[in-house]
Amino acid sequence: MFRKLLKPFARFFELHARTHYRAERHSFALAAGIILAASVGGFIEIAPLFTIDETVEAAPDMRLYTPLEQAGRDIYIREGCYACHSQMIRSLQDEVDRYGPYSLAVESQYDHPMLWGSKRTGPDLARVGEKYSDDWQVRHLVDPRALVPGSVMPQYAFLLDAELETGSLPDRLAALRAVGVPYGDAQIVNAAADARGQALPDTDWADGVAERYGEETNIRHFDGRSGELTEMDALVAYLQILGGLTDLPAEIQAARGD
Amino acid sequence: MMTRLTVAERQSAMFISGLVAVAGFAMAVAGHGDPMGAHGWITLLFAATLFFLAGEALYHDEPTEDRSAEYYDDPTKAGILISLAWAVIGMGMGVWVAAQLAWPDLRFDAAWSSFGRLRPVHTSGVIFGFGGNALIATSFHVMQRTSRARLAGHVSPWFVLLGFNLFCIIAASGYLMGVTQSKEYAEPEWYADLWLVVVWVVYFVLYVRTLARRNEPHIYVANWYYMAFILVVAILHIVNNLAVPASFDAAKSYSAFAGVQDAMTQWWYGHNAVAFFLTAGFLGMLYYYLPKRAERPIYSYRLSILSFWGIVFFYIWAGSHHLHYTALPQWAQTLGMTFSVMLLVPSWASAGNALMTLNGAWDKVRTDATLRFMMMAAVFYGLSTFEGSFMAVRAVNSLSHYTDWTVGHVHAGAMGWVALITFGSIYTVVPLLWRRETMYSWKLVEWHFWLALAGTVIYIFAMWNSGITQGLMWRTYTESGTLAYSFLETMLAMYPYYVARVIGGSLFLVGAILAAFNVVMTIRNVGYRAPQIDYPTASEAGEPAIPAAE
Repeated sequence: MFRKLLKPFARFFELHARTHYRAERHSFALAAGIILAASVGGFIEIAPLFTIDETVEAAPDMRLYTPLEQAGRDIYIREGCYACHSQMIRSLQDEVDRYGPYSLAVESQYDHPMLWGSKRTGPDLARVGEKYSDDWQVRHLVDPRALVPGSVMPQYAFLLDAELETGSLPDRLAALRAVGVPYGDAQIVNAAADARGQALPDTDWADGVAERYGEETNIRHFDGRSGELTEMDALVAYLQILGGLTDLPAEIQAARGD
Repeated sequence: MMTRLTVAERQSAMFISGLVAVAGFAMAVAGHGDPMGAHGWITLLFAATLFFLAGEALYHDEPTEDRSAEYYDDPTKAGILISLAWAVIGMGMGVWVAAQLAWPDLRFDAAWSSFGRLRPVHTSGVIFGFGGNALIATSFHVMQRTSRARLAGHVSPWFVLLGFNLFCIIAASGYLMGVTQSKEYAEPEWYADLWLVVVWVVYFVLYVRTLARRNEPHIYVANWYYMAFILVVAILHIVNNLAVPASFDAAKSYSAFAGVQDAMTQWWYGHNAVAFFLTAGFLGMLYYYLPKRAERPIYSYRLSILSFWGIVFFYIWAGSHHLHYTALPQWAQTLGMTFSVMLLVPSWASAGNALMTLNGAWDKVRTDATLRFMMMAAVFYGLSTFEGSFMAVRAVNSLSHYTDWTVGHVHAGAMGWVALITFGSIYTVVPLLWRRETMYSWKLVEWHFWLALAGTVIYIFAMWNSGITQGLMWRTYTESGTLAYSFLETMLAMYPYYVARVIGGSLFLVGAILAAFNVVMTIRNVGYRAPQIDYPTASEAGEPAIPAAE
């Protein structure tokens, strides 16, 4: 019985071994075999993600990062925050109870690259936006252990003194458009001014931000100071929008009755 | 070393390093004020040094000896030494970042020294610096012996080795300046990625051209693995690093993929970096140095074939097990889980093949720490591939993911398998390469073995404990149905394990330092031994260079 079951496999291995025995005399046959064998899995798993529509949900209210938020995201990447903080709430009860509605694919639709993370030395940040005040975020980044005794997070006080470089923002938004983020011409041209305006409420610049990115955009002194635009402004602006790009996850959760 | 190149070869070395220096200068000028500018200066310095080294030797005499009568081992020797230097740097960084998680003030408040910036210096330092250099160096050694042919070229092996190290230096220095794509194990920015593609193409051409010269009808199993390593790493690297630079005078770029597609591509890359960098390449090492040292033929040719093609075919599917319960579609998660479990078959076929090869040589395992390194590596390979298949099961992954269990698993593979097989191979190859009687001190090898083993075991146990503890604490509910622990409480519980990890890592680092010391002392102080038959030959009467299969 057992032998009978194994017979087709034995035949396959016999053929496979004989084929290999011939192939290993020719480096290019071997190379072609390797490329072929190694391509199948990747192709089958990755290609359909681009073509199957259900992969990413439709969220008509999904909004884009403002230039200041995108600059903050670039700082988040620069400092390697993703090494300790995930941005992906799994569909497990304890995660939903701890962090909020589970993450949807659409929420990172415009994230080039995604920052789902792989390790939670610190908590998940997918829905950290507006969970704490700007003031708390700034103080926490300046000295984490002053607010959270026992925390092992590094201090980022230097962000408060670092002037935000805004000159390259039009280029960055243009590059993001090239890879598929639907920024308009006006958004790209005014990127540097918009970054400034978002941290300077009650100015013409600020009006421009609201006009181009919507009235609901957070416009305030993120680092608590009205002086120059700092990297702290950008990072806090980014943290405060996490989980706030679309309302769809909360709507789905409410519909499920959780 | 330069005088062993012909004048024409010295000239082409000068030409190539000159070109790279000019490119570096262009980068320095264009990227002024951006980290890319600093990388330009580093490139210029690196290439200019090589340019002058080659130039200094330009008017020395042509080499007189018949070069085709021997193997070309200079690049291998350099690669082994560079690899050991990276081992100390990369593992030292590992101990430092581990210590920061226990005592965060060890960061000393500089911008460049935060955990987030140093962690990739550790990972790239050990994976690419230590592992990559060891792979390149040993592949040059192994392909020549198993083909009984000299390397096809004299400048190109140096180009591969030094070009790869330029990539490593740009990567590591970039992280300190905050230059990163944030894709784990693929952090370097676009210009470094493009440079690596050039280096890698030359590597493949060199490999195939050397194989074309071989005096053996068959290509030995170690070379299948080295070839899979070179080819598939190229595919992974190119696809995962597709990006659009914000401008050509700055480092920043944006990935071509976003969100769920980016996550799948990244972990397709990430897991197959484990498969084809950290597994296939090092299996190539194992298949040559273990039978050589044990003086036993590989146990089974059939098992070698089965495990090789199994690994090449199955591994590629496994990446999505990093994304269980995420926004990745369920069908992709299930495929990843299924293939991860099936992967156990070829993995254990390899580990078993290695251990069965030792039958009849177990007395040597007892007395020879070098062989014991390789035996223990095969054991850890078997253990960590089992653990990997287990953790890829969705229910297990729900507990282990995001915790230190993953970190422990990676280190079971990286320390227990990759590093042990590398050290075993280095201790085997150094006396052969430098024509020495033996290693400088067998006692130090013995010490290294036990330090490495103790360090690995302490590390893994610490991470099992912390990972499983934290995973369980996260999902513990009180009787009233609320979460029992705040995140902070679960983090504070990690402290003793993080201290234990620092101890384990330190032991491992001390072992690596002993290895570097031992190798240097071997080269400087141990007496010459006339080589065994160790030269290219077409005659079967010469010692067959490959351990006879089956």
